[in-house]
Amino acid sequence: MSLASAPALVRLPTWRARFMLFAFLAAFGVLVGRSVYLQALRTEFLQEKGEARYARVLEVPATRGRILDRNGDALAISTPVRSVWAIPEDVRASPAQLQRLGALLGTPPHELEKRISDAAHDFVYLKRQIPPEIAARVADLGIPGLYQHREFRRYYPGGETMAHVVGFTGVEDSGQEGIELAFQSSLAGTPGSRRVIKDRLGQVVEDVESIRAAHDGKDLHLALDGKIQSLAFAALKAAVEAHNAKAGAAIALDARTGEVLALANVPTYNPNNRARLTGAQLRNRVITDLFEPGSTLKPFTVALAVELGKVTPQSVIQTAPGTLTIGHYTIHDAHAAGALTVAQIIQKSSNVGAAKIALGLPREEMRELYRRTGFGAPPQLGFPGEAAGKVREARTWRPIEQATMAYGHGISVSLVQLARAYTVFARDGDIVPLSLVKTGMPAAGRQVVSPETARAVREMLEAAVQPGGTAPRARIMGWRVAGKTGTARKQENGGYAAHKYIASFVGFAPASDPRLVVAVMIDEPAAGQYYGGAVAAPVFAQIMQGALRLLNVPQDAPLAPVELPGESDDAKEST
Amino acid sequence: MAKLNLLLLLVLLACALGLVTSQQQARKLFSRLELEQGRSRELDVEYGQLQLESSTWGLHSRVAKIASGTLGLRMPDPRRVRVIELRDAVAKP
Repeated sequence: MSLASAPALVRLPTWRARFMLFAFLAAFGVLVGRSVYLQALRTEFLQEKGEARYARVLEVPATRGRILDRNGDALAISTPVRSVWAIPEDVRASPAQLQRLGALLGTPPHELEKRISDAAHDFVYLKRQIPPEIAARVADLGIPGLYQHREFRRYYPGGETMAHVVGFTGVEDSGQEGIELAFQSSLAGTPGSRRVIKDRLGQVVEDVESIRAAHDGKDLHLALDGKIQSLAFAALKAAVEAHNAKAGAAIALDARTGEVLALANVPTYNPNNRARLTGAQLRNRVITDLFEPGSTLKPFTVALAVELGKVTPQSVIQTAPGTLTIGHYTIHDAHAAGALTVAQIIQKSSNVGAAKIALGLPREEMRELYRRTGFGAPPQLGFPGEAAGKVREARTWRPIEQATMAYGHGISVSLVQLARAYTVFARDGDIVPLSLVKTGMPAAGRQVVSPETARAVREMLEAAVQPGGTAPRARIMGWRVAGKTGTARKQENGGYAAHKYIASFVGFAPASDPRLVVAVMIDEPAAGQYYGGAVAAPVFAQIMQGALRLLNVPQDAPLAPVELPGESDDAKEST
Repeated sequence: MAKLNLLLLLVLLACALGLVTSQQQARKLFSRLELEQGRSRELDVEYGQLQLESSTWGLHSRVAKIASGTLGLRMPDPRRVRVIELRDAVAKP
């Protein structure tokens, strides 16, 4: 029997084929259903999970802008440093490792141990802001549970010389003092973030999107001139030490542009190492301290009198016998003089003369002049803590107050206000807004007195530094200078302190075409001398001489050595 | 018809491979770009540090101290200084 002869094909029941077909279709159906479920219903969740495997969000750090002086020298720069932190629970360190870590961080090991064993916290800083080299050696110790992250630290190469202008930032890189605080919004950068795809090796292979763009802080060019600043600081520091004074302040302004070229304070501090700072060190006296200016205000009284036509520089005023009694109060001159011209009143700094001139002036006009020269209002530098000073309403002035105000008592000003006010005489009668930021452009002034009056007062101020004036020590070789001394008793407990003075000098040069205004204030000189002409004027001369040379200002005086008077010949001003 | 399909299949394959290669190229290039950008940031940081260093070494008080101390330089007497006026500076007011 052969196979071929076998009976016809065995016929399987039809239901089996149907069953198989159905089974296959059902399997396909399940697959389709599953794929619909995954692709359509759960797609978002799954894509998210997938992306999490390769996509990362990276922080893009932004650096804080630099602060530069007018010549482009750096005054403040941020540079990355590392901070070491730990998760106390995870730290496993042998005593030897702790010992080495302590040596690297400059922290005693038992102190480290205490912080690491602090179970209450999940996160402790071990040390913030350490240099990258040390950070690398800390990482080499390989202690588990110890981490580092990058921060920026601000360095101030100018150190104590620039400290009060530039200020400093806190540990979180935000400004706390000075320019750093005043220009915080433009200096600070905004960090950004972006989403990227990373490969197996951790390299970024594709930029998916930028979530937030990072903006670096803007660089700031100050008006400050590093050389003049260090000159001013050195001269001021030497004078404060020589006169055993409590403090000192100096400011130099460009008379044409209103830029602040130098601003120095003593005592000062090192902004790079701010441990144990006192308020006295931190204070920017030029801007925040108010004092009674004394005689430095006399030129304004005279200017108003000349402007109103009450006197001319040649008008003679009787100051004998050197005292003037108004009500219960007597005004004294340090040296009684006889009849003086108005110019001589400035030159010799006679209180009686100034008071007599002031009594002939309407008090509203005097108040208005003070207001227009910027007294009694903040100088609008944008600096934190600007003092406004105090000038009382004219209708409350009694005659005696009007008389004392003429020579700078009963009114309080800051050194920056005083220096700015003198731009009226350094320019032709207009006052300019000041700027801490480099402008490089001549500033537009606001007229306060007429150009003729300003020139007349300028001549009187030049006479004040000649022999016979109160400040022959303010003269320098090669340039004509003009200026006025001030010596004021300090106020204490509502009265005047017996032997506490503020010596000041404000002046400008070259007198033929003023370029620079410099104001100097020495607080409580205690080494015998206290007159502005003896204490503050030499500092002015040092700063002015160096600055004019640095600025290449043409000389306008014959080059003859300046003869300095002996100590006893010093003409003394009264206030 | 079958020939055309085969041809199209080959074209499709070529395109697909091309896409893969170009994607790979793009990623490689991008990774290089990232590397260079990182380097530029590092150089920026170094520039800042060098600027800091230059400012510290060039501190005016330090320069003055070395000039007068170590080098024995001193300020010339103003009488021995000659001021030269530039001609165009004179022409200007």
